[in-house]
Amino acid sequence: MALTFEDIARVANLARLELRPDETAHTLSQLNGFFALVEQMQAVNTDGVEPLAHPAALLGEVALRLREDIASEPNQREASQASAPAVERGLFLVPKVIE
Amino acid sequence: MTSSMNNLDLHDLGVAELAAQLAAGTVSSVEVTQHFFNRIQQHSALGAFLALDADVSLAQARAADARLAAGERTPLLGVPLAHKDVFVTRDFPTTAGSKMLENYRSPFDATVVSQLASAGMVSLGKLNCDEFAMGSGNENSAYKPVQNPWDTSRVPGGSSGGSAAAVAARLVPAATGTDTGGSIRQPASLTGITGIKPTYGRCSRYGMVAFASSLDQAGPMARSALDCALLLSAMAGPDPDRDSTSLDLPALDYAADLTAASQQGGAKPLQGLRIGLPTQFFGAGCAPDVLAAVRGALAEFEKLGATLVNVSLPLTELSIPVYYVIAPAEASSNLSRFDGVRYGHRAAHYTDLTDMYKKSRSEGFGDEATRRIMIGTYVLSHGYYDAYYLKAQKIRRLIAQDFQTAFAQCDVIAGPVSPTVAWKIGEKGDDPVASYLADIYTLSSSLAGLPGMSVPAGFGAGGMPVGLQLIGNYFKEAQLLGAAHQFQLATDWHQKAPGVSA
Amino acid sequence: MSKDQKSLLVQGYEVVIGFETHTQLTTQSKIFSRASTSFGAEPNTNASAVDFALPGALPVMNKGAVQRAIEFGLAVNAHIAEKSIFARKNYFYPDLPKGYQISQFEIPVVQGGVVEFFLDGEKKSVRLVRAHLEEDAGKSLHEDFIGQSGIDLNRAGTPLLEIVTEPDMRSTAEAVAYAKELHKIVTWIGICDGNMQEGSFRCDANVSVRKPGQPLGTRREIKNLNSFKFMQQAMDYEIRWQIEQIEDGHEIQQATVLFDPDTGETRSMRSKEDAADYRYFPDPDLPPLVIGRDWVEKTRSEMSELPRVMAARFMTGYGLSEYDAGQLTQSKATAAFFEAVAAASGQAKLASNWVMGELSRHLNMEEKSIEASSVGAAQLAALIGRIADGTISNNAAKQVFETLWIGEGQDVDAIIEAKGLKQMSDNGELEKIIDDVLAANAKNVEEVKAGNAKAFNALVGQAMKATKGKANPAQVNELLKKKLG
Repeated sequence: MALTFEDIARVANLARLELRPDETAHTLSQLNGFFALVEQMQAVNTDGVEPLAHPAALLGEVALRLREDIASEPNQREASQASAPAVERGLFLVPKVIE
Repeated sequence: MTSSMNNLDLHDLGVAELAAQLAAGTVSSVEVTQHFFNRIQQHSALGAFLALDADVSLAQARAADARLAAGERTPLLGVPLAHKDVFVTRDFPTTAGSKMLENYRSPFDATVVSQLASAGMVSLGKLNCDEFAMGSGNENSAYKPVQNPWDTSRVPGGSSGGSAAAVAARLVPAATGTDTGGSIRQPASLTGITGIKPTYGRCSRYGMVAFASSLDQAGPMARSALDCALLLSAMAGPDPDRDSTSLDLPALDYAADLTAASQQGGAKPLQGLRIGLPTQFFGAGCAPDVLAAVRGALAEFEKLGATLVNVSLPLTELSIPVYYVIAPAEASSNLSRFDGVRYGHRAAHYTDLTDMYKKSRSEGFGDEATRRIMIGTYVLSHGYYDAYYLKAQKIRRLIAQDFQTAFAQCDVIAGPVSPTVAWKIGEKGDDPVASYLADIYTLSSSLAGLPGMSVPAGFGAGGMPVGLQLIGNYFKEAQLLGAAHQFQLATDWHQKAPGVSA
Repeated sequence: MSKDQKSLLVQGYEVVIGFETHTQLTTQSKIFSRASTSFGAEPNTNASAVDFALPGALPVMNKGAVQRAIEFGLAVNAHIAEKSIFARKNYFYPDLPKGYQISQFEIPVVQGGVVEFFLDGEKKSVRLVRAHLEEDAGKSLHEDFIGQSGIDLNRAGTPLLEIVTEPDMRSTAEAVAYAKELHKIVTWIGICDGNMQEGSFRCDANVSVRKPGQPLGTRREIKNLNSFKFMQQAMDYEIRWQIEQIEDGHEIQQATVLFDPDTGETRSMRSKEDAADYRYFPDPDLPPLVIGRDWVEKTRSEMSELPRVMAARFMTGYGLSEYDAGQLTQSKATAAFFEAVAAASGQAKLASNWVMGELSRHLNMEEKSIEASSVGAAQLAALIGRIADGTISNNAAKQVFETLWIGEGQDVDAIIEAKGLKQMSDNGELEKIIDDVLAANAKNVEEVKAGNAKAFNALVGQAMKATKGKANPAQVNELLKKKLG
């Protein structure tokens, strides 16, 4: 299952990453080396096996905890925006979003 | 304030001993804090710390002294520690070892941080780590590498490299770390200290910068099982209001169990303990010097009454691709929030929104983080999900079931932590796969969510430390700590100090 | 193809429509955080660490959102899943702080279900595929910024129930009727406030066309239809556009489109490359949502009567037609009003006519809700009582209603008295008047006897005039006929 330059470009775009042209070839060879390792998984028979999403689920059903519907978080805008790159009138500023 | 203690010896004391001195009034928290702070500054070349603030630490120390003066006597009161820089803190910046979060200031504390602060511990600062906890040598920190105090040309291990180095060099008596695939156990092993990764869900993940959500766990790193037990008692516990994956199990007083056990004594305190040795952990993949130290430690366990049995964990090798599919997949999603919009690095120059995202993220993330995001995005992408992510999660269940089969024949599983002792900084070069392969002994227990410890077991090539790994069944932290404690009562590997610690 | 199906064709094409509706749930706090969901707060003041997606923040599920999902599932006869999974939908957008939306993918909380309603007297049944819980995104504001957008995360994390239909609808009228029925259901059971201007109820329409008998055509999705009026307009335009494209020999490409109410046109949104690859995977921060059958049964027993059940009860209990029963169960308030009037007057049919007729007309004219009606249930019941016992004619009753409505009077009997609206009930007096009329209009009488119906009506008119409208027209008719033989 060898990756191609197109795969790298597609994945980088999905992840909003920018690889320099010289980086791309290097990344490609590293990832191909990695995926050769990953191919070993195909040898394992997993017919009828459920995925294990939560480790504790091996012991028994883990159920989502539910909290009461109470709005107890106060306004914390100032503290939360302290590390913001660009804020105006309480709004985070970004380059214009085009629909 | 005079003290009958020779201040130079303060850093040789462990957490329990310091707490006793503080309780007895022979030394104040301010004195202790100042002492460690001075040492940290003296040994800044180790690169262990990313953030320090004397004012903050001393203020916390004064508050602890006030509580002591008021008569409070609790096990951790006034004792300093430091936090791995993936725990968010209000009092110090949090970078997670990344340029992406340079100067980031969290408006809230991680639950684990709050709990240790409530217990009266004094924070000495934030510890260096591999970027977003991704790495095994602390060479992936965006700021600086960390040096192993035993040989400063070598790595301390990772990702909790700063935590391990700081404890080993006696810059702090204890530190918090996080372990996703071995990041507490491996650096503990490489620096000759004690560390434990509890059962998944035992400690709250709220406030831990997320790497791989179904694997990340917080844990203590210190110089003895007893000290780890003291910290774990304060760190563990359910956090139902903030972390939906934290388990509904009350925190235990792990230290009380240990002290009771030591008092019982007896020649064979571990009589009846069956230690399983997976054949896959003792094969050709492990360096002979490491195996020798591990076998030496196991012989000590036998003297204490334990029996050794052979077990098998057939999917051990498969744990590498399984982990390196699941962890990057979860990480690729967890790291999407770093987009330059609300906090963190934003590029200075960009043309439009998409360009801002790409430049900010590419500038902010280092090579390993980028690589893992790429891998993670790929294995989740359309057409590959079933063959990679879903497949890996299925094998994960088989791996967990393998452990249960093994635990039918033994109480704890033991073996090496790392196939080699610490390597030279820069030695592994640019071969990520080689690094991944070295995680072989710790990944499977992480995938299964089992608790695991590293205990100093001796030395290997070049006089570098070797750790013994102990893996317990779910919720059996007390059993692990108890066995380690007995071992440490009978041996003194954990008391050895590197030259730099003088 | 049936004659009815044929008649729905547009330029020979069959229209296929499916809807996805996002309903904001009426919880106090957000779905995964404890920040408030109140509308209209200052930007970014209704947001916690979880909503800002700060490093280390984690989601915690709101029981109230689950409760409302269960209520919806019961209201549409769907299956409530014993176990459902939250999944991450990954994409980058400034109003999506985590870079993923927590939603449900493979296993939603509500499965199946059906929404039934009337369209021009015909009963329609639209099947639901599913309804699932997810979080809303924040908002991007463009107006005040040049070249930039301002992001407000107050809305981020508001609980949504996304309701998805099968592509069962065959006309835009049917689709709007479906949307209105769904709106009624979610507001009736109280899980959504239905305020479309505030964005509480947002519809996306998936529209395609095909020649009858052909496989499904490629669909385009019209997003964010927030008014019933624009909904129909947008879909009609889209259908005409698609047909025109096909007739011109172009293939329809799958696309997401927006409706512009100013131009009345739909236009394709800027294409988002890789928009389809959301890399869904189960959210590792959230274990499976488990809903025990006892929770479902408890909810079922505590739910107030659902509109369709109530409508059925109106039919059997009050002898109303299916259509009338449907109309009266448009809202809980309307149904309650009707029942109060029916109970107090004992006249269900009259009550039904008046609520759907005069009362409705007046409410619509003044854009009032029934809760704000200027005529109360007790007053209307009293009025209907006077019609039923013959005191006043229907026409006179309308006058009384008007008087009550504008507040000129409060008491029905007092108004009848004051305006002299009492119907003439004394047959003797009436006969005398009719005799007078016949005597005064001998020529007309001749015409009637000759078979001229118009002349008869003129006599009726004369008689009514002579009684100043107070006679019962039916009585007048009867008496005249008797006297004229």
